[in-house]
Amino acid sequence: MTALPPGPADLDGASSTPLHPAAREVLLAALDRGYADPRRLHRPGREARLLLDNAREATAEALGVRPDEVTFAPSGTHAVHLGLLGLVRGSRRGTRVVHPPVEHSAVRHAVAWGAESGEVGVDRSGRVDEAGLVEGARSPGVAAVALQTANHEVGTVQPVGAVELPDEVPLFTDACASMGRLPLPSGWAAAAGSAHKWGGPAGVGVLLVRKRARWRNPFPGDDRVDERSTGFENVPAVLAAAASLQAVVAERDEVNARQHGLVDVVRHRVAAEVPDVEVVGDPDHRLPHLVTFSCLYVDGEALVTELDRRGFGIASGSACTASTLTPSHVLEAMGVLTHGNVRLSLQRDTTRAQVDAFCDALPEVVAEIRSRVGL
Amino acid sequence: MTPPPDRRHDVALELDCREVPCPMPVIELARHLRDVEVGELLAVVAHDPAAAVDVPAWCRMKGQHYVGADVTDDGAPRYVVRRVG
Repeated sequence: MTALPPGPADLDGASSTPLHPAAREVLLAALDRGYADPRRLHRPGREARLLLDNAREATAEALGVRPDEVTFAPSGTHAVHLGLLGLVRGSRRGTRVVHPPVEHSAVRHAVAWGAESGEVGVDRSGRVDEAGLVEGARSPGVAAVALQTANHEVGTVQPVGAVELPDEVPLFTDACASMGRLPLPSGWAAAAGSAHKWGGPAGVGVLLVRKRARWRNPFPGDDRVDERSTGFENVPAVLAAAASLQAVVAERDEVNARQHGLVDVVRHRVAAEVPDVEVVGDPDHRLPHLVTFSCLYVDGEALVTELDRRGFGIASGSACTASTLTPSHVLEAMGVLTHGNVRLSLQRDTTRAQVDAFCDALPEVVAEIRSRVGL
Repeated sequence: MTPPPDRRHDVALELDCREVPCPMPVIELARHLRDVEVGELLAVVAHDPAAAVDVPAWCRMKGQHYVGADVTDDGAPRYVVRRVG
């Protein structure tokens, strides 16, 4: 019996991932049970409140934090804005945020909107200059340090728990790329995550604020169950996000080991089989499911389009493939090739056959695009 | 901000990629590398912001020496490479 060729593969799980099976049933049941206003004292209100409290407790347990440190936000981006700018607003030292240039645009936009930026460099793998970060944090006027848990474009894990900051300077960590997949590091005062990246529904962000953190709401307040939240909670989605997070945490030893091995296959095969290619990001201290490489002389948009024609969905940090005309600020800060860029990120159920099919197709696709310009 | 001509590198060949997007500036560098002798300088003029990163990265990947950037008379960024091999 010959094996069937693998079907189309969405290899862009870091952008968004399908609803985890554990979340689907919870979501459907909660749509009927959790519609009411959780502040109301009548029966439907108490029911919604119960589900919201359950979601908060399950999320806290999965992440190893206290339930009263968990706030649900309308998106990961909003959780980032709230978390970081709340630390800035709560600071008595100033308004500057020290951060590496490889932070997600949600962090960069928050800093541009409500703080001053103090950038410290990264090495070629995207890892922050730790000594520079600590030195930057010691300078006057610094409100907070922002350091992502892991980079969303190249997968490099940052030394969040290892940086020794002055007592008065809190650390914000954007954990959107890693939440659920990797344990939360220590050492942060506020953190943010995004449910659609771990298999929960879109429109659910998680904001974590440590009990003793000096955090003040940077935006207009609201009168909700949780003083840090804004607007009417999407109780069914929040509960589904929590169920998905629990499932992802429970299965991550097995899934991470499998994905780490599959990414190793991609890293080795791409480097060996495609000429003039650079595989970037830390090869070991990285997200389990994500790998990035750049191919010389190849237009990123053509690469995305040709791979899509062959059934492979991938992301690219090259200019013209993203929402901007400038190349990825992450690749730029690392000093690695910005054109011909591919970010491949595995889904929970991506198979070895799909990964091999991608690696089989890639050399021909790259060669064909290069031949268009006579190289 | 245009530097005086004597602060500019004396190049053997200058490629005009002002109006083309990346990766064309790097493709042109690869096509014309062998038009200069080993040890000579080759430059590419490009407005595309990606060239500032991609030209040094190309040099690193292809074993050439990235000399640095200067600016043309009309204010366009110019990236200078020394052919090593």
